[in-house]
Amino acid sequence: MKVRTQGVTVVLALALILALALIVRQGTSTGQSLPRDLQELVQARKLTPDQVRAALQTYVPPGQYDEYLMFSSGGQSGQVLVYGLPSMRLLRVIGVFAPEPWQGYGFSKETRQVLGEGETPEEALTWGDTHHPAISETNGEYDGQFLFINDKANARMAVVDLRDFATKQIVKNPNAASNHGAVVSPNTEYVLEATQYAAPFPFGYQPVTQESYNARFRGLATFWKFDRGRGRIDPAASFQIELPPYWQDLADFGKLESDGWVLMNSFNTERAIGGTLQKQPPMEIGASARDMDYLHIINWKKAAQLVAQGKGRVVNGMRVLPLQVAIDQGVLYFAPQPKSPHGNDVAPRGDYIVTAGKLDPNVTVYSFKKIQEAIKARAFSGKDPYGVPILAFDRVVAAQVKVGLGPLHTQFDDKGNAYTSIFLDSAVSKWTLGPPYKNAAEGWKLVDKISVQYNIGHLAAVMGDTVKPGGKYLVALNKWSVDQYRNIGPLFPQNLQLIDISGEKMKLLSNTPVGLAEPHLAQIIPMDRVKAWATYPQPGTNPLTMRPDPQAIKAGQARIVRRGNTVEVWMTAMRSHFTPDRIRVKKGDTVILHITNIERTKDAIHGFAIDRYNINLSLEPGKYETVTFRANKVGTFPFYCTEFCSALHLEMAGYLEVTP
Amino acid sequence: MATGTLQGPVRFAHPARMPRRGRLPLLAAVLLLLLSLVFPYWQVTLYAPQYPEGLRARVYLTHVGGDAQEITTLNHYIGMPGLDVAAPLERRLAVPLVLLSAAALLLLAARRLPARRWLQLLLRLPVVLLPAVVLADLAYWLWWMGHTIDPTAPITIEPFMPTILGRGGVMQFSTSATFGVGFFLALAASVLSLYDFARGRARG
Ligand SMILES: [Cu+2]
Repeated sequence: MKVRTQGVTVVLALALILALALIVRQGTSTGQSLPRDLQELVQARKLTPDQVRAALQTYVPPGQYDEYLMFSSGGQSGQVLVYGLPSMRLLRVIGVFAPEPWQGYGFSKETRQVLGEGETPEEALTWGDTHHPAISETNGEYDGQFLFINDKANARMAVVDLRDFATKQIVKNPNAASNHGAVVSPNTEYVLEATQYAAPFPFGYQPVTQESYNARFRGLATFWKFDRGRGRIDPAASFQIELPPYWQDLADFGKLESDGWVLMNSFNTERAIGGTLQKQPPMEIGASARDMDYLHIINWKKAAQLVAQGKGRVVNGMRVLPLQVAIDQGVLYFAPQPKSPHGNDVAPRGDYIVTAGKLDPNVTVYSFKKIQEAIKARAFSGKDPYGVPILAFDRVVAAQVKVGLGPLHTQFDDKGNAYTSIFLDSAVSKWTLGPPYKNAAEGWKLVDKISVQYNIGHLAAVMGDTVKPGGKYLVALNKWSVDQYRNIGPLFPQNLQLIDISGEKMKLLSNTPVGLAEPHLAQIIPMDRVKAWATYPQPGTNPLTMRPDPQAIKAGQARIVRRGNTVEVWMTAMRSHFTPDRIRVKKGDTVILHITNIERTKDAIHGFAIDRYNINLSLEPGKYETVTFRANKVGTFPFYCTEFCSALHLEMAGYLEVTP
Repeated sequence: MATGTLQGPVRFAHPARMPRRGRLPLLAAVLLLLLSLVFPYWQVTLYAPQYPEGLRARVYLTHVGGDAQEITTLNHYIGMPGLDVAAPLERRLAVPLVLLSAAALLLLAARRLPARRWLQLLLRLPVVLLPAVVLADLAYWLWWMGHTIDPTAPITIEPFMPTILGRGGVMQFSTSATFGVGFFLALAASVLSLYDFARGRARG
């Protein structure tokens, strides 16, 4: 009897729970249905459920912040673009290789000095072709402290400090004519650039004939030494490795098990030199004749040791490890790489190297372990014309995965998947890495493919080239937009596409036009890893030294001092006046303005412009900057604040008198 | 036996009759008073659309902290003096006066003084009155700031009395003023000193 009652109680209790669960489910499902006005809105805009989902996933309400920052190269603008993700809103343009008036970049003495560091003695350079941003790393993870970016056109590398998002240094490669890539070693000891186009070495004139090209042209791997304490590249501690005159292209540093090595692809191992008017094949044909090019396998730690031991020779102030030494000392090996490779990416554990041949439907995956074994066993299939040993292809390849036509670049997620941009197919392919990422049955398989619009170049996943990829989002950087935007003249915007990679299937979320240049690579970092300043923390901070400048002044210390033909002005800026607001100089005087923004409040920014003198500064709170100019134009010139700072912003002005 | 030499010990034996913790109120008052130097006595928060986190002026005995510089910057638009010009003498004298007041309490706590009523009261007086004096001085300087308006300022406003406690407003700013921790510490010190005095009287 007692047992039966208990049984009934249990059954009743279960029924009650079931009923409750049903009610709750009903409740939530009614709660999920859209209010009528929203349904009407969705219908009126003819949105599909997927589009509504994408909109909700990427919408960042006013006043809320994005989760990630994306640093994108600014292409021909010579700058860096900073986006918030998932909204894809452009947050900043950082002036790097070209003047950027809003930031006063290239106008103050400090920023002119930075721009000038990278100029050739003959001529000022007013543009750059930024390609590959690289966030500084600690233990193979982005640390959010610095950003490096290369200028392909002029073989320059820049250092951006991510405390104030301003460019601090540009170095010019003394021996290269162009470069490709900026990648950092796992602890940012070095920033590496490849030469891209082989050039006479040492740089100068050599005729473009086959004989001269083979003998006198060279490629280079340049390892810029980064001094993290100073936040600067140290050219004197940097070195280069001389390479055959192939077109060295993209590189990646090994990490974890492959730490100490660099993997770099090359093309035009045919050493084509063009000659369309001489009835020789054009470069594109000549450079694509062979079925294989060379993956360069470089032991950089050994190279650094050899250079430290004095095995390099100094060329134009740069220590260069000669090709023969690199070969003899086991610093340089080649492995065959399918036709016209582009992209060369080391998997998160450092165990695989994924490379793509632009004219091959496969990605080719090399095993670092196999490479090391082949080197030890001297399993060479031959030597290149310069004597570099070539490892036997089948001894070093772990897998080939058919991903589509024209694979280029690969990024990784946190679940053992790889994502490769497919140029000719205009797609992104998702495929699985083999063991230990996935089991043997699941590995090396194409699992998903999504169309993108159109002609994708690079792609960037959240921390997708580090030891700890974040998954979640991927951005396709497409070269053509064709029909994606209403055309506004024949120069079409580039098209950035945000893709959700958190699920099994990739989902396209949004389109973002880039209306100022063609971005190449981008990198995505969680927002909270970047510790940016809201104001310069110490009053009178010089943005180059990042310390208070001895010439910075406090309120009440403004003054004008003439010494011979030099007039020096110590000026303060604060809402809504410059002190002094009247400056009188004589024609021909050298004028030095030391301007301190003595504000402490965030966003209390002032500009400083002088009519006809081509001067505009940006003075953020706490910043000190100098501007120097010859007063070579007679007249009475207004100067004024160019950043709308306050209700009396228009009144924030004064006069510069230049007397005859 | 009742010689003059013996009267001394009787008078000075007072602490012996009182348990050690009898000094606690005065010692606590000294501690609270000194502590109050590092806390604001009064603070006002200004809210406006472009300052979503608000701007705070924290008035310490020795200086004005918080967003004082920004408030000073804004004051110049309406011709109000900067926060750095008010009460210069008070700020300079605050530390020595507080130390002297504290010393007076310590002297009392040592119980080595004649138990004269006027002396007991006089030495407590600075601490007892401090909160009221600070409040009065604050009111005066607020009045002074609100009535020392530069007529050439870009924005013309009528002289006004800023709110000492609670909500007020100027231009696009709404303000909210409260006493700070320092004030309450000083108030506690004041009450403790009075309590000690009253207890001493009760004991006779
Ligand atoms: Cu301004």
